Amino acid sequence: MTEHNPRARRLSRSGRWLRGAAGLAILIAATEILGRSGIVDRSSFPPASDILARAVGLAGDPDFQTNLLSTIKAWALGLAIAVVGGVPLGLLIGGVPAVGTALRPILEFLRPIPSVALIPLVGLILGAGIRTESTLIVYAALWPVLYNTIYGLQDVDPVAKETLRTFGFGRLAVMWRVSLPAAAPFIATGIRLAAAVALILAVSTEILSGFGEGIGIFIAQAQSGIDSAKDVLAGTVWAGALGLIINAVLVKAERRLFRWHAAQSGGRS
Amino acid sequence: MLLIEKVGHYYSDHMALEDVNLEIAQGELVSIVGPSGCGKSTLLRCIAGLVRPSQGQISLNGKEITDVPDNLAVVFQDYSRSLLPWLTVRDNVALPLRRRGGSKAARRAAAVDALEAVGLANAAHKYPWQLSGGMQQRVSIARALAYQPALLLMDEPFGSVDAQTREDLEDLVLRVRKRGMTILLVTHDIDESVYVGDRVIVLGRAPGRVVADLAVGLPTARDQITTRELPEFVHMRAEVGRLVRGNGQTFNPGPPFSS
Repeated sequence: MTEHNPRARRLSRSGRWLRGAAGLAILIAATEILGRSGIVDRSSFPPASDILARAVGLAGDPDFQTNLLSTIKAWALGLAIAVVGGVPLGLLIGGVPAVGTALRPILEFLRPIPSVALIPLVGLILGAGIRTESTLIVYAALWPVLYNTIYGLQDVDPVAKETLRTFGFGRLAVMWRVSLPAAAPFIATGIRLAAAVALILAVSTEILSGFGEGIGIFIAQAQSGIDSAKDVLAGTVWAGALGLIINAVLVKAERRLFRWHAAQSGGRS
Repeated sequence: MLLIEKVGHYYSDHMALEDVNLEIAQGELVSIVGPSGCGKSTLLRCIAGLVRPSQGQISLNGKEITDVPDNLAVVFQDYSRSLLPWLTVRDNVALPLRRRGGSKAARRAAAVDALEAVGLANAAHKYPWQLSGGMQQRVSIARALAYQPALLLMDEPFGSVDAQTREDLEDLVLRVRKRGMTILLVTHDIDESVYVGDRVIVLGRAPGRVVADLAVGLPTARDQITTRELPEFVHMRAEVGRLVRGNGQTFNPGPPFSS
């Protein structure tokens, strides 16, 4: 009986969690053994327990809290601007063919430039700080938002658009009522990708600019301190945790908002 | 009400319609039948204002159609693509009513009324993808009904549902026509064209042109069993069938690959 239901063969929710946790435990155990047995130099590659303990300790450190908050602020500001600018720009490029053809060459020229390469240039113009950081985040995070909006629009069902047109809705109304909601799941995926890129840019800008506040600053400055490896790695753990939390929250939001999308693409036989 | 004069349409590589002339009166239910690829849908799209015909003109109540006319609704074959999956059934039906103004509550009430008329009052809060194909097409019909268009166009509306559902939906069309709107139904199903229509327009093979314009002599009250055994129905479906197949008639388009 259960063979008819493919879901029944998949691992249960707790089963998947358990397997994930087992993988993590093995990794931690391996680093623990490497670090403690002396196979690798303990000061340059501290065992996982030391790193995690330090990372937990940092949570209570007011200086580190300031750094963490500063990175989150720059990340959020940059991402917000990228979304607020990228979505309408994408709608314009994807929705108005004339604008699309005019802007394409510029976009195709700018897109391949790695945003990290712009850090020195923007730093030179705007100096170190949240302005440089956010500018670079906006630049990097704009692309996934913009391109997913454009491709999402191309994927909108023409029948749905024509239906509203025949009911007398104008171009703008069709865009608002059909194209935008239909493209929304793609745009949301773009925003999730952009959120990850934004975090990368936030931390790299901080590391490269070298002073100010942020997780990247903490990591950069820890390099020259005592217990440098442990601090660097503990800072990195925080950057990773931040990325993990952001991703989890956005995935959850997408599932909740776009239930219809999953039901439609998965439910069709 | 609707006047089609010398309408022809060609796409870049082929002629879809040629010299189509038709006049349709207020309140008529007209079936347009023809073999697949004869330009039926193109004709419907021209009337809906979605396509501008290359030749001739179409006018609605004396006004030439250059854009989507007011007071028109279209039921497409592809119900799953025509309904918006992120809106509930009720909100799908209520959406076009924005064009009519009125409060949100009034629009929703009108939507529920229309859903009642198609027998789906208790599906109002579901999403289209939670319904069967036949039910989804009922929702599309309810959406058109709520809008109360003067002209309702249906493009192969029952082409993607099973036979039983198809009969139910045909009867639904016969019921809703009592509301006084003019209905144009495009189909490739010969029986359906006769069963539903007051009048059957037969389009010939591409490029489509009117091969015959037949009045259906069946009583207004019809049902799936008895109407289909009436001699008039049997005779008429044979006649339409011959016309659609392109034999047993004076007009001969010739072998398809001669030129």
